[in-house]
Amino acid sequence: MKRIVTATVHNRSGVLNRVTGLLAKRQFNIESISVGRTETEGVSKMTFVVEVEDERKLEQLTKQLNKQIDVLKVSDITDKAIVARELAMVKVISNPQIRNEIQSIIEPFRASIIDVSKESVTVQVTGKSDKVDALIDLLRPYGIKESARTGLTAFTRGHQPQVAEFKSYSLLK
Amino acid sequence: MKAQASAEQKTAVKTGADLLVEALIGQSVDTLFGYPGGAVLPIYDAIYRAEGSFDHVLPRHEQGAIHAAEGYARVSGRAGVVIGTSGPGATNLVTGIADAMMDSIPLVIFTGQVAKGVIGTDAFQESDIMGITTPITKHNYQVQNIEDLPRIVNEAFHIATTGRPGPVVVDIPKDISSTVFEKDLNKEFHLPGYQPTTKPNPMQINKLHEALLAAKKPVVLAGSGVIHAKASEELRTFVRNYELPVTSTLLGLGSYPGSDRLSLGMAGMHGTYAANMALYECDLLINFGSRFDDRLTGNLKHFAPHAKVAHIDIDPAEIGKNVETHIPIVSDAKAALTSLNEKAVQNLDHQDWMMKAEKNKQDFPLWHDQPDADIVPQWLLQKVYEYTKGEAVVTTDVGQHQMWAAQYYQFDQPNRWVTSGGLGTMGYGFPAAIGAQLADRKSTCVAVVGDGGFQMTLQELSVLQERRLPVKVLIVNNQALGMVRQWQEKFYSGRYSESIMDVQPDFVKLAESYQVPGYKIETQGQLEDVLPEILSNDQPALIDCRVLQKENVYPMIAPGKGIHEMIGVKR
Repeated sequence: MKRIVTATVHNRSGVLNRVTGLLAKRQFNIESISVGRTETEGVSKMTFVVEVEDERKLEQLTKQLNKQIDVLKVSDITDKAIVARELAMVKVISNPQIRNEIQSIIEPFRASIIDVSKESVTVQVTGKSDKVDALIDLLRPYGIKESARTGLTAFTRGHQPQVAEFKSYSLLK
Repeated sequence: MKAQASAEQKTAVKTGADLLVEALIGQSVDTLFGYPGGAVLPIYDAIYRAEGSFDHVLPRHEQGAIHAAEGYARVSGRAGVVIGTSGPGATNLVTGIADAMMDSIPLVIFTGQVAKGVIGTDAFQESDIMGITTPITKHNYQVQNIEDLPRIVNEAFHIATTGRPGPVVVDIPKDISSTVFEKDLNKEFHLPGYQPTTKPNPMQINKLHEALLAAKKPVVLAGSGVIHAKASEELRTFVRNYELPVTSTLLGLGSYPGSDRLSLGMAGMHGTYAANMALYECDLLINFGSRFDDRLTGNLKHFAPHAKVAHIDIDPAEIGKNVETHIPIVSDAKAALTSLNEKAVQNLDHQDWMMKAEKNKQDFPLWHDQPDADIVPQWLLQKVYEYTKGEAVVTTDVGQHQMWAAQYYQFDQPNRWVTSGGLGTMGYGFPAAIGAQLADRKSTCVAVVGDGGFQMTLQELSVLQERRLPVKVLIVNNQALGMVRQWQEKFYSGRYSESIMDVQPDFVKLAESYQVPGYKIETQGQLEDVLPEILSNDQPALIDCRVLQKENVYPMIAPGKGIHEMIGVKR
């Protein structure tokens, strides 16, 4: 199952290596990881998307992360109300004739063209991972020269529905 | 006037290395295990100038230093302190660091590093010891600013010795240790990401107590967490209050008296039949501070299949890692036992269970062949037990001799048993005995080693020569890598691939060349004649005891088998 786990960490040298090394050592598969500073100086936030077999593996993952001295807090936010976004840039082969066509494809995704050359355009899209996937699928027939994704970053919404009422809507169980 | 001021200034001048020495003294460190080299020259200069502050033990290889520190830590209950230089000095420590991590031994390891300016340039004797040791330490530091040094040292000791103990590496670039510094520095620290839970949740204790009162077939598993928490006394009270059968892990030996009537002995791959069957058949398993290692559990499918499992561990990540746990209790073993002992004691309804355990103990004791004159290792270890009245500190390497020592030396007290459990390190026992002897000068220290393992760290005989430490090195010499040979016999149709080591040095002459009295023993009579005297005098000794090569360790759970599927239970 796919889980979204966030960790706030002390922004010390080597902390990324500690965390990724730990996950590799315990044979966890990281699908994406994004790291950046937070509102607090010296504290960074990491967001992982990981593929785990079962609840027990997931528990191990959060516990092992928690054991790290530079890790301040670990949360599995998959089942919470969250906002999650990633950014992707896609360089699509395009001549001037089909540029409009591409423009019309990306518009419903609220994506934008951020670079244009004779043979290609670069599209920037922001959103949940499945939205990014969908757009990339639509652009693929035109020929993708290059694409890069930041990986997901996420946190919980300001208001959390009660756990009980929320659980029944979870798609994961 | 001016001259006086400058003289005062001169005495006040300190280097980073002096700050380190001060911090070590502040931590009441009195014994150091280390080996000098280029990147730690400033540190060794500061140690020289702090004459009388430390007993510095100079082994002949860094691996010897760190295993000695492990032995010291195991017996003293304090952190072992190690110093190594950069590059090969540091990498030679790696085996010991990994060993300490696996067995939760508190160590603080200081490694030299090339100067900050050349880190990352493949400088002479540079190695990325931070990268290398990150997965095998509880935590590690590279000191970037001299201002941080005293605080980091204090943090390192705090982290190494609290919670679940473990090794902490502090990497000190040479320019940091040689920089002159005069300001007073902040030594206080705050670690928001490290707040171990040491007190149990009272609700969980209630749950365990209720489960205990309802149990018909309860059993206690005592791990080394009991020893780290110094909770043997509390465990004894708990076990006797309810009349519970006790099994122990390899590293937990001594946490509960091995010769006590309620002790079923060691469980696991080479554990006793009674202990393993108790774990298999129980309906309540109370685990104090064991991490359910695979050598203990055997095939997890068959481990305590009918039991409610209660697991008390200071490391939350151990709970539920291998075995599904019904009553998790994150706590120091002592605190948990103290809370449990405050509950009202009631007699349990478990007479049948106790009788069964007792019957298994009587009907399926450990067994071995007994030739007329030749020595079998099991008998040898029994004799060592007898001659030392069960009071010696015993260290071992890994393998057959380790299992026989665990089976036949009945530890009645904690901190007498020093062995490499998790990592299974050959060459551990002898240097560990040096550290153990330094931590406890009064006790007899016996390094029970194999002929293979001893040859990995035998250069430390120099330390015995130099200090006249009365460590007794007992080589259980079967001229083979015994456990490898046993597995080849059992599981590889007797193809003894590279496991027979019949070309050996003359161990007696080797010992004598280090001015350590050496003895070669080949018969039971010889052993009975000389061993009691050797074990009780105040001299170092090396005993090359020839034992039968083809002896196997029994009983045994074959790999992949369940804990109830033991072989070699009876002759």
